[in-house]
Amino acid sequence: MQALRAFIESLGHRVNGMVLRLGFASRFFFYMLLHSGTAMRRFRLTLREIYFAGVLSLIIILVSGTFVGMVLALQGYETLQRFGSTEALGILLALSLVRELGPVVAGLLFASRAGSAITAEIGLMKATEQIAAMEMMAVDPIARVIAPRFWGGAISMPLLAALFSAAGIFGGYLIGVQLIGIDEGAFWSQMQAAVDVRKDIVNGVIKSVVFGIAVCWIAVFEGYDAPPTAEGVSGATTRTVVTSSLAILALDFVLTAFMFTGGNGL
Amino acid sequence: MAHGDGVAQAVEIREVSFAYDTGRPVLSDVSLTIPRGKVIGIMGQSGCGKTTLLRIIAGVLRPTRGTASVLGTLTRDLDQDGLYAMRRSMGMLFQFGALFTDMSVYDNVAFPLREHSDLPEELIHDLVTMKLEAVGLRGAARLMPAELSGGMARRVALARAIALDPQLILYDEPFTGLDPISFGAIARLVRKLNDTLGATSIIVSHDVEECLDLVDYLYFVSAGRIVAAGTGAEIRRSREPFVEQFVNGLPDGPIPFHYPAPDYGRDLVTTGD
Repeated sequence: MQALRAFIESLGHRVNGMVLRLGFASRFFFYMLLHSGTAMRRFRLTLREIYFAGVLSLIIILVSGTFVGMVLALQGYETLQRFGSTEALGILLALSLVRELGPVVAGLLFASRAGSAITAEIGLMKATEQIAAMEMMAVDPIARVIAPRFWGGAISMPLLAALFSAAGIFGGYLIGVQLIGIDEGAFWSQMQAAVDVRKDIVNGVIKSVVFGIAVCWIAVFEGYDAPPTAEGVSGATTRTVVTSSLAILALDFVLTAFMFTGGNGL
Repeated sequence: MAHGDGVAQAVEIREVSFAYDTGRPVLSDVSLTIPRGKVIGIMGQSGCGKTTLLRIIAGVLRPTRGTASVLGTLTRDLDQDGLYAMRRSMGMLFQFGALFTDMSVYDNVAFPLREHSDLPEELIHDLVTMKLEAVGLRGAARLMPAELSGGMARRVALARAIALDPQLILYDEPFTGLDPISFGAIARLVRKLNDTLGATSIIVSHDVEECLDLVDYLYFVSAGRIVAAGTGAEIRRSREPFVEQFVNGLPDGPIPFHYPAPDYGRDLVTTGD
């Protein structure tokens, strides 16, 4: 009986803590949105963060995209040739990348490359009292430090996902057309005919925008909320990667379910 | 808009108590006044509540009871905008400088000027150069904080703290971890800047010998209360047991060497279960 009670108490305590933290994170998010004026007016601050979150993530995004596309082409060709429809490789590549793999894999890579860097940077600024110093200089750190990082990341993420898909299609083209020898005309024309702007590309972009906002929100919040010690910052960085990855996968399911048309027009 | 012009006291703390959790007071019934133009020390052991006192003066924390009036304004009545307006008349030097690591020395000092004024870049350049010259680091303007020694970083942070010509300068353990030369440089700067700017300075520190010579008046804090106050010479002559222990660095005294523990003999014979 005693043990059961202790168990329920600890469970309640944990859930309570999580709900409180979620509430705090939501308030933090809205406060940040309200104080995004500086990040927009002085766009150079945001541009700098686009460089750190976006440009510096380019290599990993482009290399991974190419490899994912190359593997997709090999696997896809293997399967498609059983049905004698190897020309459809272009469709397979484009649809799986634009609708699913582009936003999701680019999102996961973005969370581990840029999200963790944002958390670590903000956490270290807090640990070394830079955030407190800014407050003492009557400068709101949420407007000056947090909002530009959030927007820089949120703007970068859809662009990175698009580049990931493009690199993937290029990788698939290298394997499918150049190596295996599928007809180039069929590869591109079938792809062009089958990919719909509204249903495929826009839906993919919506996903990457949502993932970008989720990852950047988690990253800036974890950094801002990190205990100001070395241990606290490293813990927060890990939490950013884990939470963002789970959030991306869960949101992907929800969004796909909403976008699912049951085969009409596919 | 200068805060508190014409008020005789820079800071007035009245019967302030503060606790992070109820039941564990950090400060109890602290009252002190800090007149304009003086350099005041607040001394005491680590964890005695002196940094909390500094945070209450800066408006970072609000007293649980009592009032804090800074530059003629009650901090209790201020919202965030009011607090920020008050802080524009304040400069603070953090323990390890807290320089922005992604900006050069020049940009660090220019930061408050750029954030709070629309001054043209040429004028900001002149002001930054003057502030850096005052702390002797005009030649280091292009360096990054990672390239500075501890003492230099502290001096740059000082230049940044005085960028807006504050009326009140707060120092949080400004001497921690400095070599004697850097230490002397910072101590001399504290006095010089206070007198040239006509400001008021509050130094929170536990470096007793050095502070006794530097400050005009000092308060001793122990366990959340003010236990002694006086000029450097008065403190040196004091027979107050806590002050004697602190000034002479005696390991045992009113502040015991041993953490409270059960009887030593009994502890030795019992097995540790």
